[in-house]
Amino acid sequence: MATDHGKHGETNINAYGNNYNTMTPGPFAKWMRTCVIFQAIRFIIINIKMIIVVRKSH
Amino acid sequence: MARLVVLGGGVSGHTAATFAAKWLGSAHEVVVVTPNSKWNWIPSNIWVGVGQMSKEDVTFDLAPVYAKAGINYKQAKAVSINPEGSESLEKPFVTIEYTLEGREGESENVEYDYLINATGPKLNFAATPGLGDANGLGEHTVSVCTADHAVHAASELDKCIEKMKAGERQKFLIGTGHGMCTCQGAAFEYIFNIEHEVKKAGVRDMADIKWISNESFLGDFGIGGLHMKSMGFAVSSKIFAESLFTERNVDWMVGAHVSKVEKGSVDYELLDGSTGTESFDFSMLIPPFAGVGLKAFNKAGDDMTSDLFAPNGFLKVDAKYDAGAYENWKASDWPETYQNPTYENIFACGIAFAPPHPISKPMSSPNGTPITPTPPRTGMPSGIIGKVVAHSVCDKILKGSDAPLHKASMAEMGAACVASAGKGIFSGTAAAMTIYPVVPDFDKYPGTGRDTEYTFGEIGLAGHWIKHILHHLFIYKAKLSPGWTLIPE
Repeated sequence: MATDHGKHGETNINAYGNNYNTMTPGPFAKWMRTCVIFQAIRFIIINIKMIIVVRKSH
Repeated sequence: MARLVVLGGGVSGHTAATFAAKWLGSAHEVVVVTPNSKWNWIPSNIWVGVGQMSKEDVTFDLAPVYAKAGINYKQAKAVSINPEGSESLEKPFVTIEYTLEGREGESENVEYDYLINATGPKLNFAATPGLGDANGLGEHTVSVCTADHAVHAASELDKCIEKMKAGERQKFLIGTGHGMCTCQGAAFEYIFNIEHEVKKAGVRDMADIKWISNESFLGDFGIGGLHMKSMGFAVSSKIFAESLFTERNVDWMVGAHVSKVEKGSVDYELLDGSTGTESFDFSMLIPPFAGVGLKAFNKAGDDMTSDLFAPNGFLKVDAKYDAGAYENWKASDWPETYQNPTYENIFACGIAFAPPHPISKPMSSPNGTPITPTPPRTGMPSGIIGKVVAHSVCDKILKGSDAPLHKASMAEMGAACVASAGKGIFSGTAAAMTIYPVVPDFDKYPGTGRDTEYTFGEIGLAGHWIKHILHHLFIYKAKLSPGWTLIPE
């Protein structure tokens, strides 16, 4: 496994390997994924989006 | 009094049977035939497979629930269907063989007025040499398809973690065990839950983790991938999936048909025709699905299985099975009522109905080996279809056989999906997605085939919370606890 050096996923990219053309999240994007306050807001938004799709599907 | 027989007590069959029992009341009879004594919330098996839940957390006894619902529960497996009856029995019937302790092997003919086939799949481990045999899972790999399989997988994972703690590198190979598999989503969840657990155990640097799958591109998931609205872009699931795999340092191989499994290695063939061998210390490979092997006989006792069932063993319904090449596929190929075209009193739901064709574009290697994901028919769609089919049957019983059928085409239905990427109340993450419709309609939504207003996805802790809440919510619903009908499928 590659050393991270605070660059998160970037150091896992292999030049001209099968993951060379993808995007990787930076430290802020990764922090936001488990930030409780932000995720509590996302929880509400995702639930609303899911309820809309569930209602359209019944 | 009319009798409805439901074959299978999984997500779809259980939904159909419980709603039918509620709508029909005690004036009519609902019979459930399932070989299992317990109901299993299968989406949480991946957490059992990493030791984060027990078998008891994801299962419960069916008998008391069916007793409460007034359902006649027969713990047995269906063997054959006589849709025209026989020379000795006037009414159509199903022949069942008991699996209930004390009555094992005992046979019975169960007459019906309406039949719903919701048997789910046979886990066809025998399709790949070494992956298993007719008796099920083999000795070289693990599985999370059943709760018992998942318990075994967790125990094998523990051994690998102990080896890594002792300084021995371990290679994890997770994915699909054949070129015609479905349920890539379950393998996706399992590989990231393993990655999460080995990181928690402090041995991530001792683990090499690799994905092997029959998808032609990462993020296909058997639905031809999807484009999600994100930051003003319609972004392919390929981009999201490759990003996550790279971030979590998980290598991948796609377009792969696993042709043989041996102790510590698999042989595979790729879409370009090349072949190779991949080693592993721990491997979970999803088997291909097939019909459960039900036979069908006409009144004279002649075998008519091929009339009622497609070659893959799934029940024929109102789908367009002669659509031909991918270029000719239409959203309207997909069934709406799930009624058998020959016998109007037979329906199918969940995995048991025969789809018209895959959703992903079919591909094969230059050697002619088909390497194409088969279409998923699990989760939310299977619950909705089960309820719709039950509604149609109940209307026919209560309002007369001319009552119009209810419809639920997967080409006009959306789905909400939550794929776990690691469990933890504050450290867990999951990809929360909605997709509309499940089967792309390129005429209605040119380009992506789906409405990007209702197709989105994101990964985070909120998704994990939703997945965990859904675990409790759906088990609560399946137990028919107060207010269960208010919880959507």
